[in-house]
Amino acid sequence: MTPFSYARAVDGSDAVRLGAQAHAAYLGGGTNLVDLMRETVVRPAALVDVTGLSTTITDTNDGGLLIGAAVRNTALAEHSAVRTRYPVLGRAILAGASAQIRNMATVGGNLLQRTRCTYFYDVDGSRCNKRVPGTGCDALDGFNRIHAIFGASDACLATHPSDMCVALAALDATVHVTGPNGIRTIPFGDLHRLPGDHPEIETSLAPGELITAIELPPLPMMATSTYRKVRDRASYAFALVSVAAALRVEGGLVTDVRLALGGVAHKPWRAVKAEAVLLGGPATATAFRAAATAELADARPLRDNGFKIELASRTMVAVLGELAGDTV
Amino acid sequence: MPIIVNGSSHALPADPRVSLLDLLRDHLELPGTKKGCNQGACGACTVLVDGERILSCLALAVQFNEREVTTIEGLARGDTLHTLQAAFIEHDGFQCGYCTPGQICSAIGLAAEARRGVPSAVSADLAAERVTLTREELQERMSGNLCRCGAYNGIIDALTETLAAEMAA
Repeated sequence: MTPFSYARAVDGSDAVRLGAQAHAAYLGGGTNLVDLMRETVVRPAALVDVTGLSTTITDTNDGGLLIGAAVRNTALAEHSAVRTRYPVLGRAILAGASAQIRNMATVGGNLLQRTRCTYFYDVDGSRCNKRVPGTGCDALDGFNRIHAIFGASDACLATHPSDMCVALAALDATVHVTGPNGIRTIPFGDLHRLPGDHPEIETSLAPGELITAIELPPLPMMATSTYRKVRDRASYAFALVSVAAALRVEGGLVTDVRLALGGVAHKPWRAVKAEAVLLGGPATATAFRAAATAELADARPLRDNGFKIELASRTMVAVLGELAGDTV
Repeated sequence: MPIIVNGSSHALPADPRVSLLDLLRDHLELPGTKKGCNQGACGACTVLVDGERILSCLALAVQFNEREVTTIEGLARGDTLHTLQAAFIEHDGFQCGYCTPGQICSAIGLAAEARRGVPSAVSADLAAERVTLTREELQERMSGNLCRCGAYNGIIDALTETLAAEMAA
């Protein structure tokens, strides 16, 4: 590991002040950052420990939920409000990593974790535009089975690895941040970027900005929501494809729906086309298949990952069917 | 700035690069905690911090000021083994033994999580207040600990005899 300084922030303004140092990085649970530093994928000169900040989960005045960025993943998944009002979020968190890692990892860190593209990690042997901008992408002509089917560019095919973020995309969460220019909020869908020509820029956060909280809106339909993850082994693996979904059916018709996909793009992929097809239509398997087909019409398979198109389609249909069964 | 390991207070390392795992093994000469992959993929380095299981390889020791760490060396009372240690022997929950300290610390953390009702990915009812540690639940909750000898059936048997029985009581 390259040498670095370490300081523990006592509050938000202290964190922002410390975070303004050259080549500083905020440190949460360390489950991704420490590994990346050990592999010298990233080499921050200063770590600012923010695990002492924002560790509470509170109900908001409008009936939503405000989650401090330093809340550990386990603490969020076991919170009664998440288990009863936002099961999609609880299930997504519990589908990720292992119990040990969930006990360490923070909510803010989960949002900012880096891709597990093997070429990104391979410092000594592979080119990667995300790791060293302008050097090329060895996944383009390489083994790209785990890579993106939506929104990729010639510069980068990487996928976002988080399960929790797929649920947050479906939930229309809001991200609270603080930074050198004060506080602001970011709609969750605007936090992560598609790679374009600059895959090294992964979020809309400005340099030195720090996530302080995630806010969930009051959304009664989320009581009927779930998350399904498909992976190469039964547990403790990243998603090939995952689906976060919530469905409200009244009189056989879909009156509200939220759908997001994981493992398919550089950001959690909100399936807006599928949602548009479903809304107002019948809650039937035929309609669910039509919605999945509409969403996946934009998919662009690579040499090794064409299977993700059929897998995503079938998983969407299965999850919607499960939720429809729960509501009729 | 101290860290408490198995009841004894120790200074934190001056170099922030030192992982909790390396602090335990190399600085405090407690080699019971094992270094498997050193990248958070195998669970061999699992220890308990304030009763919660974590991976010591991904933890920077400087973050653990005034926290209480328990390693495999801190479980037995003299010659009396922890019930899980005895159960692992009884049920052949290992062959080479390298993953065992992590498996046992992980199982102790699992028990605490189950007692306070933390659900898992295979829990049918997320809102259920009481956890029933079925074989499937134990397998899912232990998935962060790999055993390359493949002693999984013995490990789950050991957990079933100790933890699941305790939960059902």
